Amino acid sequence: MNDLSIDIRALVKRHGETVAVDHVSLQIRRGEFFSLLGPSGAGKTSLLRMLAGFETPDAGEIHIDGRSMADVPPNRRPVNLVFQSYALFPHMTVAGNVAFGLEMQRVPRGEIAGRVEATLELVRLSDKRDRMPGQLSGGEQQRVALARALVNRPAVVLLDEPLAALDQQLRQQMQSELKSIQVQVGITFVCVTHHQEEALALSDRLAVMRQGRVMQVGRPEDLYERPENLFVARFVGASNEIEGVLASVEAGTGDLLPQGLAPMRGIRVSVPAGLQSGAPVVMTVRPERIRVTPGQGAEAGGNCLHGVVETMRYIGSEWQGVVRIGESVRWTIHAPNAGSGNRPVAVGAPVLLHWSPDDGVVIPLI
Amino acid sequence: MKMNGAGVWLRGISGAVMAFLYLPILVLTVFSFNDSRLSAVWQGFSWHWYGVLWHDAALLAAAANSLLVGVLSTSLVVLLGLPAAMGLERLRGKGVRVVETIFLLPLILPEVMMGVALLLFFVMVRWPLSLATVVIGHAAFNLPVVVVLVRARLQKLDPRLEEAARDLGASAWETFYRITWPLIRPAVLGAALLAFTISLDDFIVTFFVAGPGSTTLPLRVYSMIKSGLSPEINALSSLLVLLSMGLVGLSLVLQRR
Repeated sequence: MNDLSIDIRALVKRHGETVAVDHVSLQIRRGEFFSLLGPSGAGKTSLLRMLAGFETPDAGEIHIDGRSMADVPPNRRPVNLVFQSYALFPHMTVAGNVAFGLEMQRVPRGEIAGRVEATLELVRLSDKRDRMPGQLSGGEQQRVALARALVNRPAVVLLDEPLAALDQQLRQQMQSELKSIQVQVGITFVCVTHHQEEALALSDRLAVMRQGRVMQVGRPEDLYERPENLFVARFVGASNEIEGVLASVEAGTGDLLPQGLAPMRGIRVSVPAGLQSGAPVVMTVRPERIRVTPGQGAEAGGNCLHGVVETMRYIGSEWQGVVRIGESVRWTIHAPNAGSGNRPVAVGAPVLLHWSPDDGVVIPLI
Repeated sequence: MKMNGAGVWLRGISGAVMAFLYLPILVLTVFSFNDSRLSAVWQGFSWHWYGVLWHDAALLAAAANSLLVGVLSTSLVVLLGLPAAMGLERLRGKGVRVVETIFLLPLILPEVMMGVALLLFFVMVRWPLSLATVVIGHAAFNLPVVVVLVRARLQKLDPRLEEAARDLGASAWETFYRITWPLIRPAVLGAALLAFTISLDDFIVTFFVAGPGSTTLPLRVYSMIKSGLSPEINALSSLLVLLSMGLVGLSLVLQRR
């Protein structure tokens, strides 16, 4: 059996002048937790609504479980959507809401009762079965919305910013709950979010979108460790950058000759296939990969740059600071809390920034 | 509570306006219990005129006509107004404002004009004036009332609820029957009660389009006054005021839900 759950081929959606979704192609596997991540206006909600059938693509195709979804109305699609606002039916009890989908599918009464009960148990709401939605907390409403989708055993559950309406603490708790429920039921989840931490924590794979286009698809660690473009590097996590030109490229490694900086020695980088010496590139390093030491004398091995500490702030688990390199380059650094609340380096002090050549990701400038 | 000068003035003016509006009705109601042939002098408390009402055959026939017209025109107006409101709510594009305005025009049109226009129309299509023409006339001016009230409720309805129902497998009809209708039902009932009350009280349009044998209560009251003021009219009017207030109150309660 084919393990492809959703096959999106060159999908296009225009809203008036703007192109909301611009030739998007994605393959989502069965049982996968897949996220669409991007800033608002990236087209992720349009894409989700086309999967649900509420919007019609201007071009391209959607196949779910091998079946084309063209001309299939929302009520005939093997997908269920969890709305951002939950959209619980206010005049029905929790159990009534959850039973609705099964009633519409003409499932026999006896079976409905059992399945509703089992699903409410899954989301830990059995004791709230006779409440009205208005009497529930935000987190409970969220779980009812999820149960209302899951009870139908759809091929795909679509989630639109599922945790956006919850406060920070509840968000974290619901994150792990959502993930564990998804693993238990084994249904394909497609989740729209603008929250990058959430997307990384929940997803098996994710697509980063910008202005209707997919910028990169991959596992969370692929996107974070090996961003393919600056947008992904900057949107997923913080990015410290130096522009420059590649030199002495050989066997996947090379030197970066930075613009407007005089490093004490050549910056070694690993070079992705296809890039030659002389190519203009940006190197990006994640803050937590940089080791900061006070002083000016370079250590042997690894890459090293001089800088001056501009700010340093204490956030408990670590220190976060900004270091100026040369005239105008600024890098964010994270220094571990070494105990007793001492600053690892003083503001205004000259420091050395060290990182391994493997941690510098080279992105070609087009 | 200590009040400043402006507060005192505001209370005074409000009181005066209320008195202006309701004092005549109060006087009318009080004198409906007057044990006298003449309206102007208080002679003592009596239920007499309410008893007279009960035995006035012409009046009872008019009351029956009014109720029939009210029920039929209200049913008609809900049957037409509900789909119209839902249609307007879903309509998108440039023409919407125009269609909307056309729908609501009868609300601001002078009623005399509507009465004349309806009369001319019925004459033109050679439809003899009867209870049926009264029903149609009342439906004509009540349609915008129902459309406005039902739309107000529909606008507050989260469109995601209908999408959620569709997403869960409901057909268009099931979505209406299971989700939309239960949520707007109180507003529709409230609008219907208001339309019924307006129909019950209407004089002007009815005056133009009523034929022989289709005299309604307000028309009957008018012809009774022509033959001299009787406390019987006071009694009848008091009952109508009570009924109207009750219906409007119920309508408001339903719409607030």
